[in-house]
Amino acid sequence: MKLVVENLSVVRGEDQIFSALSFDIKAGQALIIRGANGVGKSSLLRALAGLLVPASGEIRLDDRDAEFADVPLGELCHYLGNDNAMKGAMSVQENLHFWQNFAGQPHLDIDDALDMVGLDGLQTVPFSHLSTGQRRRIGIARLLVSYRPVWLLDEPVSGLDAQSEDQFSQLMKAHLEEDGIIVVATHVPLGLDQAVQLNMDEASQPPGQGNT
Amino acid sequence: MWALLIRDLILAFRSGGGAVTALLFYLAVVVAMPFAVGPDTNLLATIGGATLWIGALLAGLLGLDRLFQADNEDGSLDQMMIAPIPLPAQVFLKCVTHWLTTGLPLTLIAPVFGLMLGMDSISIGASMATLFVGTPAISFIGAVGAAVTVSLPRGGLLLSVLVLPLCIPVLIFGVGAVRASVTEPDPFLPPFLLVTAISLFFSILGPFAAAQALRYGSD
Repeated sequence: MKLVVENLSVVRGEDQIFSALSFDIKAGQALIIRGANGVGKSSLLRALAGLLVPASGEIRLDDRDAEFADVPLGELCHYLGNDNAMKGAMSVQENLHFWQNFAGQPHLDIDDALDMVGLDGLQTVPFSHLSTGQRRRIGIARLLVSYRPVWLLDEPVSGLDAQSEDQFSQLMKAHLEEDGIIVVATHVPLGLDQAVQLNMDEASQPPGQGNT
Repeated sequence: MWALLIRDLILAFRSGGGAVTALLFYLAVVVAMPFAVGPDTNLLATIGGATLWIGALLAGLLGLDRLFQADNEDGSLDQMMIAPIPLPAQVFLKCVTHWLTTGLPLTLIAPVFGLMLGMDSISIGASMATLFVGTPAISFIGAVGAAVTVSLPRGGLLLSVLVLPLCIPVLIFGVGAVRASVTEPDPFLPPFLLVTAISLFFSILGPFAAAQALRYGSD
């Protein structure tokens, strides 16, 4: 399995966010996207997930496993954006149970997933009662309850304490060992030593010169 | 796939859900009518069907702005768009949930309000029947408006302006059928079937149009 991006350009409104971006990531590899604020890291992740239609270029998944042969790329991705996609009025258990049913491909038990993010015992607590860091960890637990080979993570450790960051690094490493693919936009080291780095400062165009 | 329906039903009855609010608003509109019209029981009974329909229409619009907005705010909408379930099917389910938590309760409570307005049993029955087949159209048409205004602050106001004109045919034929049920020789069935047809038509068009609008809005 290989995620291939060729000559990708993204335009939002009038502004060209970035252009002619190419890279590929093999199974078991991680790509860390770096760059200044507003350089287009989130736009790139959204384009990879299929939430944003690129102006030009191609995104595809080559050498797929037989079971994913005809599945659109978006359905093979877990996308963790700025928001955790959880309902405050429902309990942690209800939220995760819903996403597991909705996304399909059940992977870990909800109890096991909560244990992995260090929040076992919070099943019945309403999501709105949790702290920012705990909410993020529930958002991360969503990645574990259904299986997706590709993880697209946008600042996944924002709001996490040092210990949870380590825990999350372990989870990412485990996913890579299972031949997963991770694309992550972040400013912190994350402990992924083997990861390919992509610095978007070079690919992007300074604001104001976008569409000349 | 039914998980979405069940979750939205649960949310509608939890804090911040719109199910009870719509009913209370319906009650408020119907109760306000006699104060505006005056204590003329005959007149109130005559315009009873119209009152029930106007109230149901406004109450139905009330919670529509949250149909996708709540999911957009907490990031669920992004997940819905990349989910294995086709987006129009998800929109259809959300419309069904909206109808189950507003349109259906409004229909079921209508006889009580009809009695308050002094309507006779035939026109109360006709009101219930037309509301039952007509309120789904409000949910399905409204979904398109909700999708267009999903990322706008105070989108609810714009939503009503967009959706109300499209609901006028439902209102005309709905109230027309109620009136025809008590005035000879107007037939009840043609306007009733037209309301049904509008609901069925928009149950297909609405989800597809709304899904398309959501995709454009996600950029």
